[in-house]
Amino acid sequence: MKIWILRDYSRCVGCRLCEIECSLRHEGLVWPAASRIRIYESVFGFPIPYTCVQCDDYPCVASCPTKALSVAESGAVLVDESSCILCGSCINACPGRIPRMVEGKRAVIICDLCGGNPACVEACESAGFNALRLVRKPGGEVVKAYLNNPVKASEDLARKLCVF
Amino acid sequence: MFGFWGKLLDIDLSRGVTRVVDVPEEVFKKFIGGRGLATWVLWRELGSRWELIDPLSPENLLLILTGPLTGYYPGIKIVVSGKSPQSNGVVGSTLSSELGVELKSAGYDGLILRGVSRSPVYIYVDDAGVQIRDATPLWGLGGLKLVKELNRLLYEDVRVERGLDTLPSYIYIGPAGENLVRTSVVMSKLAHAAGYGGYGAVMGSKKVKAIVAKGYGPLPKVSDESGFIKLRKEVLSELSNRMRVFRYWGTTEGLWYTGYVTSSEPVRNWTEEWHDVRTFTHEEVERRCWIRNLWSDWGCPTSCMKVSRVFDGVRSYVTDGPDYEMGAYLGSNLGVFDAVSMVKLSALADELGLCGIQTGNVLGFAIELFERGYLTEADVGCDLRWGNADCIMKVLHDIAYRQGIGAVLAEGTYRAALKLGERAGTDLLKYAVQVKGVAVGAHGIRSGLDYPQKIAYAGSVQGGDHTSTAGRPLKSTESEAFAAFLDSAVICLFNTVDTKKLVDYLNVVTGWGFSEEDVYMGGARILTVQRVLLLLGGPDVFWDPREHDENPERFYEPLTSGPKKGEAPKREEVRKDLISYYEELGWDELGIPREETLSRLGIEELAKEVERIKRRVTPNA
Repeated sequence: MKIWILRDYSRCVGCRLCEIECSLRHEGLVWPAASRIRIYESVFGFPIPYTCVQCDDYPCVASCPTKALSVAESGAVLVDESSCILCGSCINACPGRIPRMVEGKRAVIICDLCGGNPACVEACESAGFNALRLVRKPGGEVVKAYLNNPVKASEDLARKLCVF
Repeated sequence: MFGFWGKLLDIDLSRGVTRVVDVPEEVFKKFIGGRGLATWVLWRELGSRWELIDPLSPENLLLILTGPLTGYYPGIKIVVSGKSPQSNGVVGSTLSSELGVELKSAGYDGLILRGVSRSPVYIYVDDAGVQIRDATPLWGLGGLKLVKELNRLLYEDVRVERGLDTLPSYIYIGPAGENLVRTSVVMSKLAHAAGYGGYGAVMGSKKVKAIVAKGYGPLPKVSDESGFIKLRKEVLSELSNRMRVFRYWGTTEGLWYTGYVTSSEPVRNWTEEWHDVRTFTHEEVERRCWIRNLWSDWGCPTSCMKVSRVFDGVRSYVTDGPDYEMGAYLGSNLGVFDAVSMVKLSALADELGLCGIQTGNVLGFAIELFERGYLTEADVGCDLRWGNADCIMKVLHDIAYRQGIGAVLAEGTYRAALKLGERAGTDLLKYAVQVKGVAVGAHGIRSGLDYPQKIAYAGSVQGGDHTSTAGRPLKSTESEAFAAFLDSAVICLFNTVDTKKLVDYLNVVTGWGFSEEDVYMGGARILTVQRVLLLLGGPDVFWDPREHDENPERFYEPLTSGPKKGEAPKREEVRKDLISYYEELGWDELGIPREETLSRLGIEELAKEVERIKRRVTPNA
């Protein structure tokens, strides 16, 4: 079954426990820069959780010249570290520029949904914030609504409340 | 080394040169990090000439430091320090900022800023090193305007070709810091401030507008990985569950609780500590001002902050909760019992880069003088009476720009009292609620229901700092040694758990194998160095332990209202308590560390400084 991380901007408090748990799960280190989910808080008090939305058409996978990217049963994009050549094609193909090249990593990083049990969702739930929730993947283009530039999205959210 | 790098960036602004300084693990083991490390650096670098150094001169250092638990323990704080323009000693001032994690991710434990830049600059640190950049277009800005401008500039640093990434983190000063106001702060995230100490002015004196960092690497490895993961989970779950009510209301709840229930809230410059005004409660602030009910900093499950906004049709006033301290000092302490006005005042203080506590205190002092006739409308330019929020707002502005009466009040309560007292030809210090140049936090000691230790402020090495209060016994969470440990390992006060667990946490991260005893000993060592530098003091004012290790005069006036009406501490008891506390620390009855204490703590070299204090304080002994 395809799953999906539903992100609720109105509930996100900006604690970044998701980033920490993601980097601990994937890298065994506290390494926010290597987290597959990131919190953008360009206007303080208005954090935006931002990670791969698993587009129906997977433009990143299609763009990869070495076929290092594939789609898992969960719907997640998997990176084959041995064939990634860090060319950046997937970054340019992604409508949200979500794949990231991190110094010290030999392949691009993309959310892999932790094989079905995402560490970020777990962290957010157990802290009682529930800004991230695991749901069945919604079909269609709607997921791409979460790809607006998060630096701007944070500003927009603030502007709406006459703050920015 | 586990948990920290042992590396500080030393930036000489006068010469525009940066070098990396290695700090041996032995120093960390003795002074832990954060406040302790700051104390060590300041003692080593400036100790021999301490009394001669003007805190606002190029010779002073500005330190921005993390601790071994920064990034590992839930929550984030960073320590700002230097020779304080308020106390002339060392204050370890903390604020919440992701800068701590960014610095550590970039490979450094902190920064030392020395000298002075010729023109306004901001400092940019990443894994490629340090850039000192022009900040002329940022100078004079504060609040949202500054954030907007910095966001625009820093967006260019995001390496979008490597994938979209977050903006760097930064701390900054507002106009008050630029104008060397002694009650100014180092700010972050619109509403967070390192207030105690007055380090906004130190940063301003160096012409540094902001310090920005972006790290790309991981934090240092921890010593015991599985132990760390297990303990982290445990502490997270404990904090998440314990803090639910606190999470909902944050410290804003204190506006009502600390006033009505524990009777220890500053009301009209501490002439009272109790109120029953229903328009001045957390519920009222929530109903009228909160636009976000939960807001957290990095790694923090407690989420005690909120976002408040007042929109007057023209502009928005934005701040956090406000937290209790800010709310009480810019509300009840000024006779402002209206939530909306209080939020506006708090937002304005944030925007100007003023400390809510220090500035609220000096404003309360000024209003009392006005009401008593020592200040007049000709001095102030408006009718500075209790509760006149418009006039208070004007004076707040005057302080930040050192205009009119603001130029005197910008010196902070103690120095303003000296100056105005001289003018009036009478002692006005009796209305100044401060200890050793630092205004007292918004927690009174008279009722005994909130801060039970009567020596909390009188014995503190950070003066009126309510987050670093003295208390007995030494080896307990009541003592300042514990506060020194928290500020040195760098843990947020609101995220503490059982002491044993905190020590375990330190051990799984660093591998030091510390006992609780070691932690208190480390705390005592830090306090001892801080105490000595505080008593060295200077160059404008000096402290005499017989006179200044004392509560503000007002705290000896019996409470005039509330459940503890009539209560006040007794002078002899305070003195007795103080001497017992000093005894526990191995200090003599004047609070001067004994020689054997220095050798027990492994800081024998401090004897030279102790000698100089004795020569001043007890010249005939």
